[in-house]
Amino acid sequence: MASVFNDDLVQIIDLTISYSLPGSAPVRAVDHASLEIHRGEVIGVLGESGSGKSTLAAAILRLLPPNAHYNDGSIMFRGGNLLALAEPELRRVRGKEISLISQDPALSLNPVIRVGDQISEVVQSHLAMSGSARRQHVEELLRAVGFELARQIYSAYPHQLSGGQRQRVGIAQAIACNPVLVIADEPTSKLDAALQAEVLILLSEIRKRHGTAFLVISHDPTIFSGFADRIVVMYAGRVVEEGKTADIFRRPLHPYTQALVRLSERHLGNARASRVRFPVIDGEAPDLTHIGIGCRFAPRCPERMQVCMSCDPRELTPEPFRRVSCFKYGS
Amino acid sequence: MGADAHIAGNSLPFLRVCRLTKHYVRRSGIARKRIPIAAVRGIDFEIAAGKTLALVGSSGSGKSTVARCVSRLERPDAGQIWVGDTDISRLGNHDLRSCRSEIQMIFQDAVTSMNPRFSAAQIIEEPLLIQGRGSKEDRRTRAQEIMSEVGLAPNSADRSVMEFSGGQRQRLAIARALALQPKLLVLDEALSGLDLSTEAQITNLLLDLQAAHSLTYLFISHDMALVAHLADAIAVISAGRIVEQGPTAQVISSPNHPETKALMAAANAFQKNYADVLGGSR
Repeated sequence: MASVFNDDLVQIIDLTISYSLPGSAPVRAVDHASLEIHRGEVIGVLGESGSGKSTLAAAILRLLPPNAHYNDGSIMFRGGNLLALAEPELRRVRGKEISLISQDPALSLNPVIRVGDQISEVVQSHLAMSGSARRQHVEELLRAVGFELARQIYSAYPHQLSGGQRQRVGIAQAIACNPVLVIADEPTSKLDAALQAEVLILLSEIRKRHGTAFLVISHDPTIFSGFADRIVVMYAGRVVEEGKTADIFRRPLHPYTQALVRLSERHLGNARASRVRFPVIDGEAPDLTHIGIGCRFAPRCPERMQVCMSCDPRELTPEPFRRVSCFKYGS
Repeated sequence: MGADAHIAGNSLPFLRVCRLTKHYVRRSGIARKRIPIAAVRGIDFEIAAGKTLALVGSSGSGKSTVARCVSRLERPDAGQIWVGDTDISRLGNHDLRSCRSEIQMIFQDAVTSMNPRFSAAQIIEEPLLIQGRGSKEDRRTRAQEIMSEVGLAPNSADRSVMEFSGGQRQRLAIARALALQPKLLVLDEALSGLDLSTEAQITNLLLDLQAAHSLTYLFISHDMALVAHLADAIAVISAGRIVEQGPTAQVISSPNHPETKALMAAANAFQKNYADVLGGSR
């Protein structure tokens, strides 16, 4: 889907990534995935475990483990290919231009360093600032993510903070150098529902204030409503559908997206009758070491046709700003 | 009359918890002074046989402590836990052994509750082995029976637990819990952290198993929307106390306590957004 906009920030083109595993065929985690991120835009990547969504996110920052191989494709950013950059050049991008909010800040924060110093470390590596200016900047960041007592929080260790507070520290760290893109991998899945909403509101505010673009990864479509501009749906390493958020919820096209949206409606308060079975998607996602021919969702698809088992669906554009890979919409 | 009284006893709750109290001790300062922290402060609830009570609360409310006390992984400081006509709150290890086959627990993170070196069959057979049930062949047969009952292929019995996906491991955890044919399952956030489609599958499995075996569930969760779907009654816990309880429909439709309202609001937080997305034309 070539873009007519020149506001592209990041262009992921035909990205293919596999992991080599001892004693097993390689796992093709991401398979010819393409995706564009525009300036100041919030994109939701929706997918369940094994869909390749986290691999895609980590690949943008080149943070994949050594057994990952970039088999094909490119990630274009500011006229260059991120996949071609050497480590010192990458370091100038990470944290400065593109940053990451991890799923569990309890794991990503250093337990023996005060959280303020950990944020300060990011600032120090990218911005020329005096020690006192840096300290002030970090305290401002802490206030910007909703801490009233910024000074106290600065001196706290991660274990002294609650899960929600730690996630806000993670956010402050990610926006410390005012990056153009923040990647958030399941930023709310370890939080309970009230805190989830709080974190999403905070991210929306940051985007409004600074025009930061966000790539948000989640398995739960509900967090994208009212937050993401576009949703990209991944299944078994492939992008199977993309559309504006309202369209995805109102008229999901791919049978997999349809099933996910139907499942998420349960979260939206229409569960009055107790002990009613949920509508389910039968079966499990395919084993990515043995991908056969045909649509990857076909074995679980309620609308499976003959052709789905024998051919790979092509990506179609049934309407503007929409793409879907499914034989229902042509071949 | 004695026998009749026992039959009439069927209308008695299967599980009755009275004034349950549990403190943890935190050691603080150079002198390692002992500071008691009240996790659960005298709570009461009961569950009728074959029913589901959801214990709902936010992080740190004490809900997991209740789960651990009821399944007697912890010894409560005060109060009683009546299972039928036995109070299990004071039982020692020896007497607990027989009650453990009545009450089984399922944890949030299935994989950390399993020995990674075990095969699926070993995981399921272990409780049978500990309780000295059946011969080696019997246990193996039973493991395979349960595997197919929870939707796992019996021919994967020799695969290591690490080879199973997240959803399959949660099925395996349920299989292990069912091995001893318990009457009560304590499910501590057993569905959180799962994908939406897996969560739906496991919920359906729990409903099917409950219907097939008349199981009683104590379902611990922070998710009001999920709980509304599968519980007969809801108890809301906050700071170690139950602040509201009643039949599901009643608690959901007219929540009284601020904590209940907060949990409801959290569950509905995205509903308004969702309505806007569907209604508005962006």
